[in-house]
Amino acid sequence: MASEEMEQLVRREYKDGFVTDIESDTLPPGLDENTIAFISKKKGEPEWMLEWRLDAYRQWLKMEEPSWAHLNYPPIDYQEISYFSAPKRPEDRPQSLDEVDPKLLETYEKLGIPLHERAALAGVAVDAVFDSVSVATTFKKELAEAGVIFCSISEAIRDYPDLIKQYLGTVVPVADNYFAALNSAVFTDGSFVFVPKGVKCPMELSTYFRINAANTGQFERTLIICEDRAEVSYLEGCTAPMRDENQLHAAVVELVALDDAYIKYSTVQNWYPGDEEGKGGIYNFVTKRGDCRGERSRISWTQVETGSAITWKYPSCVLRGKDSIGEFYSVAVTNGRQQADTGTKMIHIGEGTRSYIVAKGISAGKSDQSYRGLVKIGPRAKGARNFTQCDSLLIGDKCGAHTFPYQEIGNSTATIEHEATTSKIGEDQLFYCQSRGISEEDAVSMIVNGFCKDVFQELPMEFAVEAEALLNVTLEGAVG
Amino acid sequence: MLQVNDLHVTVEGKEILKGLTLTINAGEVHAIMGPNGAGKSTLSAVIAGKDGYEVTQGSITFEGKDVLEMEIEERAQAGLLLGFQYPVEIPGVKNIYLLKSALNAQRAARGEGEMPAPEFMKLVKEKLGFMKMDASFLQRAVNEGFSGGEKKRNEILQMLVLQPKLAMLDEIDSGLDIDAMKVVADGVNSLRAEERAILLVTHYQRLLDYIVPDKVHVLVDGRIVKTGDAELAKELEANGYEGIEESVA
Repeated sequence: MASEEMEQLVRREYKDGFVTDIESDTLPPGLDENTIAFISKKKGEPEWMLEWRLDAYRQWLKMEEPSWAHLNYPPIDYQEISYFSAPKRPEDRPQSLDEVDPKLLETYEKLGIPLHERAALAGVAVDAVFDSVSVATTFKKELAEAGVIFCSISEAIRDYPDLIKQYLGTVVPVADNYFAALNSAVFTDGSFVFVPKGVKCPMELSTYFRINAANTGQFERTLIICEDRAEVSYLEGCTAPMRDENQLHAAVVELVALDDAYIKYSTVQNWYPGDEEGKGGIYNFVTKRGDCRGERSRISWTQVETGSAITWKYPSCVLRGKDSIGEFYSVAVTNGRQQADTGTKMIHIGEGTRSYIVAKGISAGKSDQSYRGLVKIGPRAKGARNFTQCDSLLIGDKCGAHTFPYQEIGNSTATIEHEATTSKIGEDQLFYCQSRGISEEDAVSMIVNGFCKDVFQELPMEFAVEAEALLNVTLEGAVG
Repeated sequence: MLQVNDLHVTVEGKEILKGLTLTINAGEVHAIMGPNGAGKSTLSAVIAGKDGYEVTQGSITFEGKDVLEMEIEERAQAGLLLGFQYPVEIPGVKNIYLLKSALNAQRAARGEGEMPAPEFMKLVKEKLGFMKMDASFLQRAVNEGFSGGEKKRNEILQMLVLQPKLAMLDEIDSGLDIDAMKVVADGVNSLRAEERAILLVTHYQRLLDYIVPDKVHVLVDGRIVKTGDAELAKELEANGYEGIEESVA
């Protein structure tokens, strides 16, 4: 559904005499302290949490939306957004797959999404209970036995207030940036993971198992903590294109790794990019940061970004602990009218800290993409090392790729290496493959997947296969 | 098998081929020789379907089908395969993956299923041995960091695996030392068969000492000016292209 239709729907409901009622399930558009009180109450939060949110909101009011990114979009009216909405009533949703955009269904087909999941992804009203609900229950038991906590952030605020108080907002402070402050004030959903000392999480954790029944939040908040020698691999997102009536997304993800801990965070982001003119796509403003607080700790971000109309995202690592390691592996693909300004920040504070950045950008159609990365070496970070490789691949001649690398070196013992390439998908490469009998479409996907190989091999096996399929679908028709 | 009739080809507004006519039958090995800039490489590029070449007149048919109406990959699937003078590098794509995709794409076009993996590996290893190539080649990215000789051997390896009906080899001898040329020539000779034709494009006669052609065509200024047997190549070697040009004029 296009955003105008959405807006119309929202407006109509408003005109029909919607009143702010603490007992109702949906708030009309608008943001003030009452909105935040409503959300906090709906979530059954303690008083201190409300205060935390209000503090964030008051700071947000004094802040200005950043304009430094290489992005072009109309101003966002934050009073036009509804900050709390219950899932749509079943009678308002499409009643069957016949009513869903056939193009979307075609994509599900190509990605090999199981039939029973397609309806839910497309927002069809389904009564059927997911098979995975029982799977999730089994998982929960196994996790509990290992001592791992994996639940929604709302549950965590109620059930583990001490952990929340100790860690929430310590990696991304409430007033870190405009979108993080907004998120801190109004977040409604997200995940919480706690892996205690010495525990290696027995399975890969995926939002998919937790969220499939509920709507994915517009303002997600995720907090992952690994105590000493703990390890976890966390998968976020889904390769299937997700429809969402909320156009603005502003998530915050905080990771904390103590001594010898290892957190691997993998994302596949495929939000609706809008129609061919870019209308109706998701605006994705995300703050993701990992804190290598302990010695020899390691945090690894791997992301495959193919969706959204606007992407503003810089998963970062603060390398505080001695000999800690930060990694960033990224594939960002833009097609059509998509715009992405994405990259990472590696902040070296501790001695002997190391960071690796491998960023691959693929621009096609009329899209525009920027890599923005900061490597900062503090005065105490003796012997710190960074390696950055950032490659752009252009498909066609109407797209753009830009690189903005920043380096702030405060220590003469640091070693910094930066490699960057920009190439156009070669006519010669295409001709070579085609002259061996391979179709143009398959040739493009072969060349692009080859280009992304360094990153894909960092993804968990199953995700990597999905990511390749996703890339192929995203770039369909990009050439010729 | 292949019929090229009165072919005129323009590149960036300049006419390169000016009425080229050529017939190749199954089982034959043809060599096209000529001075630089005569249009030798243009011919094989047009047959393979490379972009940027405009056919202004004439026709190309392969087994009765109009080649100029076919997509690039359809030409390969029909059995026309070009071995490149300068094979391009494709980073991150394993050689074995390209071979497998190409073979299976051609099989699919013929209505055959994918070749089972063990059978495929057996086939590739055998051909690899024949080209005196190490198995590690398969795991390397296509042509990336290959020496000139390795690239050329790799082109022939693809021919041996894909088994085209008409193998076109563009200056396959350029940049090869004598040992590498022997390996390449052995590979090409092993392709000789009753049902297959080979078209060699070359500047020098020396390749033809190892791959003896049935017919030699001399291409000068966009036209075939003389056709003969293997002896003609030797004549060229002795007298140069100038003699031919003069005799035509």
